[in-house]
Amino acid sequence: MGSPSRFGDRAFEWLTMAMAGAVALLVILVGWQLSRDSMLAIHQFGWNFLVSTTWDPVAEQFGAAPFIYGTLVSSLIALIIAVPLSIATAVYLTELAPLSIRQPIISLIEMLAAIPSVILGLWGIFVMIPFLRDYPFPFLKKYFGWSGLFTGPIYGVSMLAGGIIIAVMILPIITSVSREILRSVPNLQREAAYALGATRWEVTRIAVLSYARKGLFGAVILGLGRALGETMAVTMVIGNTPQIVLSLLKPGYTLASVIANEFTEATTELYLQALFEIALVLFGITILANLLAQLLLKTMGTTQTTRAVQ
Amino acid sequence: MIKASGGDRHRWRKFKSGLASTLSFSSALLVIAPLALVFFHLVISGATSVNWDFFTHLPAPVGEKGGGMANAIVGTLELLALASLVGVPIGVLGGVYLAEYGSARINWGLRFVADVLNGVPSITWGVVVYGLVVLRFKSFSAYAGGLALGLMMIPLIMRTTEEVLLLVPNGYREASLALGIARWKTIVHIVMKTASKGIVTGILLALARIAGETAPLLFTAFGNRFWNHDLAEPIAALPLQIFAYAISPYDDWHRQAWAGALILVVGIFFINVLVRFLTRERTATVL
Repeated sequence: MGSPSRFGDRAFEWLTMAMAGAVALLVILVGWQLSRDSMLAIHQFGWNFLVSTTWDPVAEQFGAAPFIYGTLVSSLIALIIAVPLSIATAVYLTELAPLSIRQPIISLIEMLAAIPSVILGLWGIFVMIPFLRDYPFPFLKKYFGWSGLFTGPIYGVSMLAGGIIIAVMILPIITSVSREILRSVPNLQREAAYALGATRWEVTRIAVLSYARKGLFGAVILGLGRALGETMAVTMVIGNTPQIVLSLLKPGYTLASVIANEFTEATTELYLQALFEIALVLFGITILANLLAQLLLKTMGTTQTTRAVQ
Repeated sequence: MIKASGGDRHRWRKFKSGLASTLSFSSALLVIAPLALVFFHLVISGATSVNWDFFTHLPAPVGEKGGGMANAIVGTLELLALASLVGVPIGVLGGVYLAEYGSARINWGLRFVADVLNGVPSITWGVVVYGLVVLRFKSFSAYAGGLALGLMMIPLIMRTTEEVLLLVPNGYREASLALGIARWKTIVHIVMKTASKGIVTGILLALARIAGETAPLLFTAFGNRFWNHDLAEPIAALPLQIFAYAISPYDDWHRQAWAGALILVVGIFFINVLVRFLTRERTATVL
C-alpha cells in the first residue's frame, strides 16, 4: 500500500470523525448560544426568573413561573392519558394480537407519528375544541367541579385541551419504544410463567411487565421529554394566557408556546433576552429528561430502542 | 396450587385475563382513533378546497376569494433542499465514523449524545439559528430556515446510516482490503455502495420528519406572501402558511389551511410509502 492511500485513509477518518463529533459540538453550541444571548436577563432577574409569576413586557418585568407551571401540568396531563394507553397497546401488540394484524396496526401508529404537529393543531382548533366545549367539559364541570380542577367559564381552549393534544403527539413514541422493550423480554420468562399455570394476564404482569419495568420507565420519560418541548399543536389549543390556576378548563401557557408566539414581537432587548432565557430553561429541562430516558433505555441492554419512529 | 385455589378462583383469574385482553385491545383502537379522525376531517375539509389554483396561485389578500399556496409549496421544497445540504453530508459521514471507526466507548458516547440531541425540542433550533444567523445578518432568510431544519436532520441520518452500514457483512470489507484496496475506498465503494438503499431510506425518513416542522421556521424562514427571489430573504413554507391561516379569523383562510394540510400530509405519506417500497426491496435482496 503506497503512501498516497495512507494519506487518503487518514484524511477520510478525520473527516468522518469531525462529522460525528458535530453532534457533541451542537449540544455545546446550543447551550453556549442560549446562555450568551440571555446574559442580560440572567443578570437582571437572577434565580427569581424561575419563580416570579409576572410576565409584563410593557413594564419589562419577566418571570417564567406561569410557563414552567403550564409546561409541567400539560405534560403531566398528557402522560396520565398516554402512558396507560401506550403501554396497553404495546402489550396488545407483543403478547396478544394475532400475528396477521400486528404489522398493520404498527404501520397505522407510524402514520400517526408522521402527522405534523401543526396539522394536529389545526384539527384541534376546528374539531377537538368545539367538541370538548360542547360535551366533555360541561360534564366534567357539572359532576367533578367540586374537585376544583374543572371550574370557571368554558372557552374550549384550555390546559386540559393542551394536555390532550400532547397526549396524541406522544402516544406513538411511547407505544413503539415500549413495544421494542417488551419484545426484548426473553421468551423463557413467559414460558416459565405459563408452566406454573399462569393465565395470559398473569404471564404479562408477572413475567413480562415487571421484567421490563426499567425500560418502560425509560419509554415514559422519553415521552415526557417530547411532551415538554411540544410546540405548535399546544400553542394552537392551550389558550396562551400566562396564569397559574388550578382549574384545567382555564387557558394556560407553556415555555415552548410563549417562544413561538412572542419571539418575533419582542420589541426590546430585555424582552428578547427573557425569551432566550425561556428557551434555555426549556433546553435544560428537555436535556435532563432525555439524558435520564437514554440512560434507562441503554442500560436495559436493548440496542434498537431509541431509533423507534421519530 | 391450582387445586387449592378452587374453581371459583380459577374462573376469576380467567375473567381477569379476558378483561385485560379486552382493555389492551381497546387501547390499541384508541391509539389509532386520532389518526382516523384527523384523516377523516382532512379529507372532508381539505379536498373541497384543493383545486388547480391552489398549486399555481399566490395567496389571495384578505377578503378576496381563491388564491393558492404555490409559493409555499415551492418554498418548502427549497427549504428541504437547503436542509439536505447541511444534514446529509454531516449525518452520513458521521454515521460512517460510528459504524467503521472509533473505539467502542467513544462511539457509545457519540450515539448517546445523538439520541439526546434527537429529543431537543424543534423550536430550540429556531431560537438558536435566530441568535446565530438572523441576528447577525439582520434578516430572516431561507438560508436560516434551511440551516435550522438541517441541524435537526443530523442525528436522525447519523443513526440510520450507522445501522445500515453495520448490516453489511464483514466479509465484504475483508475481501476488499485483501485485494489491497485502501480502507477509505473500501468504505466508500464497497460498504456504502452495498448499503446505499438503506442510507437513502434514512435520508428520506429524515426529510419526511422535518417537512412538516413549523416551530424551527417561525423565526428563521419567517414566511412570505410572495415568491422568494433571493435565498437571503424570508421564504414561505407550507407548515408556516397552514399555521398563519389556521389562527386567522377568516373562514376562507381556514379552508385554505385545510387544503394546505391535506397536501402536506399526502406529501409526507408519499415519502413514507416510498420508504416502505425501498425497504421491502432491501429485505428481498442481500440488504
